[in-house]
This record gives sequence, structure tokens and C-alpha cells, in this order.
Amino acid sequence: MDNSTWIAVASIFTAGITIGIGSVGTGLGQGRAVALALSSLAQQPDASGTITRTLFVGLAMIESLAIDCFCVSMILIFANPFWTHVIAQAAGK
Amino acid sequence: MNITPDQHVFWRHGWVNLNETIVITWLMMLGMAIAAKLMTGRLRTEGSVSRWQAALEIIVTMITSQLEAVGLNHARKYLPFLGTLFLFVALSCLGSAIPGFHPPTSSLSTTAALAGCVFVSVPLFGIQDQGLWRYLKTYSEPTIIMLPFNIIGEFSRTLALAMRLFGNMMSGTLIVAILITITPLLFPVVMTALGLLTGMVQAYIFFILAAVYIAAATRPRTRDTPNG
Repeated sequence: MDNSTWIAVASIFTAGITIGIGSVGTGLGQGRAVALALSSLAQQPDASGTITRTLFVGLAMIESLAIDCFCVSMILIFANPFWTHVIAQAAGK
Repeated sequence: MNITPDQHVFWRHGWVNLNETIVITWLMMLGMAIAAKLMTGRLRTEGSVSRWQAALEIIVTMITSQLEAVGLNHARKYLPFLGTLFLFVALSCLGSAIPGFHPPTSSLSTTAALAGCVFVSVPLFGIQDQGLWRYLKTYSEPTIIMLPFNIIGEFSRTLALAMRLFGNMMSGTLIVAILITITPLLFPVVMTALGLLTGMVQAYIFFILAAVYIAAATRPRTRDTPNG
């Protein structure tokens, strides 16, 4: 296999693995956050405004980890610098 | 395939290029300014108010109450900046209901600019509120060892603000674009609706995080007394 094939295989494989592993951690973290928020809502319903707002802020923080992984996957698929270099070389030949 | 509206360039001259992001942002700014001017044409404090004034009052009171709940004293002072932040991001998400509209926040340039505004505004409001020396001393709280971590934290949370908004908006539009090539009409519509929901949530989160950062920089600090 020549270089361009290696680059393509590595990019595609890494893109899939990145988003897969990224979403596992995020799912576990957000599930735990929401579970604790629900139990504290059940204990103190009159603080629901604060709890809900803090829950959303916390969820956004955890979500940003998954979004970082998603952006890396998108870059590897759509804006891959190594692949554009290979294409430019192939077009120049 | 275009993942951001940056790649669609209308006009280029040297290094200046007019891409779709800039055009749509300026159109939105024009639209929001004209709408605000028209809606606040004849404000009344008593009697029957027009429905536009009532709508604006609802929006302003809701934003102010959220700012006060976060812990910002003198919420009115920060209302113009934070309220405009929320309205811009919310409208740029809601606009994806209009065909042919690509949200400017799905481009990293716009979200980086908005996060840069928040990054500049936090020390600005902090120094305005507390004075330069007391604000700089907050970077060494709780101990001086935390100084590099606090500084790095400032940069990293600005970066996270930009990435979070960009990732959410870009993924929403990208998924709809990909689904259109696979199963037209049903799933793209559902995903657009989901994109509207997540966009509004992200607008609220951007606004609340900016408010929390400013509140952390301007919160009143108790004076240390010898007896604690």
C-alpha cells in the first residue's frame, strides 16, 4: 500500500474511533449529571430554577468535550490537510 | 462540501473577501437594528401599550431576571452586552427556518469573534467594578500558585465557548445537509426542528456562561477581618 492509501485508512479509522469514544464518555457524564439533578429536584422542588439552570450549564460543559471530538472527526473527513496534500500531489503529476 | 458559510465567497479583492458569513451577519444586524428602531418608536408607560412594546418588555424582563438570578448585581448595566449576545445567537439559529439562510454562528469566525468579545469584556467589567489592582489580585486567589492556572483557565474557557457554539451549529446544518441526500423530506425536517431546539439551548448557554464569567469577575469581595 502506498502513502496515500495509508493516509486515507488512518483518517477514516481515526474519525470513526474519535467520535465513538468521545460520545461514550459524554453520555456517561451527562447521564450522571442529570440523574443527580433529578434527585435533588425531587428533594427540593422550590429550588428548581437554580437547579435547572446549573444543570444546563454543566451539561453544556460536558457536551463541549463531545463537540471537540466531533470537530476532529469532521476535520479528518472534510478538511483533512494530509489528504489535500496527497490530492494536490496527484493532480500535479 | 461546505461545512461553514465561510467557504462561499461572493467577492474577493486581494486579501479582503466578502463571504456569506459576513453578508448574512450584516443583514442580520441591519434587520435587528431596523426592527428595534421601529418597535421602540412610540413607547408608552401607561395606558394600552402596543404588542411590540409588550413583547420587548417580556424579553428584557426575562433577560434581566436571569442575570439577577446568576448573581450579577446591577444587572441593567450588563443588559445591553449580554442581551444582544443572546438575541444575536438566538436569531441566527431561528433564522435557519428561512430557506437559503445559513446561520453565521455555524462559522468558527463568528463564534470566535463572539467569544473574543466575552474574553475582552470580563476584565473590562471587572476593572470597571473593582479597580485595576483588586481585579488583578483575583488571579492569585486562592493562592499565588494558582496564578498560571487562572490565566490558562481564562483562555481555555474562551476557546471552549467558541468551540461549543460552533460545533453545535455546524453539526446541525451538516447533518441536515447529509440527510437531504439520503432520505428527503421527513428526517431533514425532524433534524431541522431538533437543530432549532439545540440552537436555542446553546444561545441560552452562551449567554449564561458569559454572565457567570462576568459575575465571577465583579462579585463583591468581603474584607478580611482578623477574626475571620
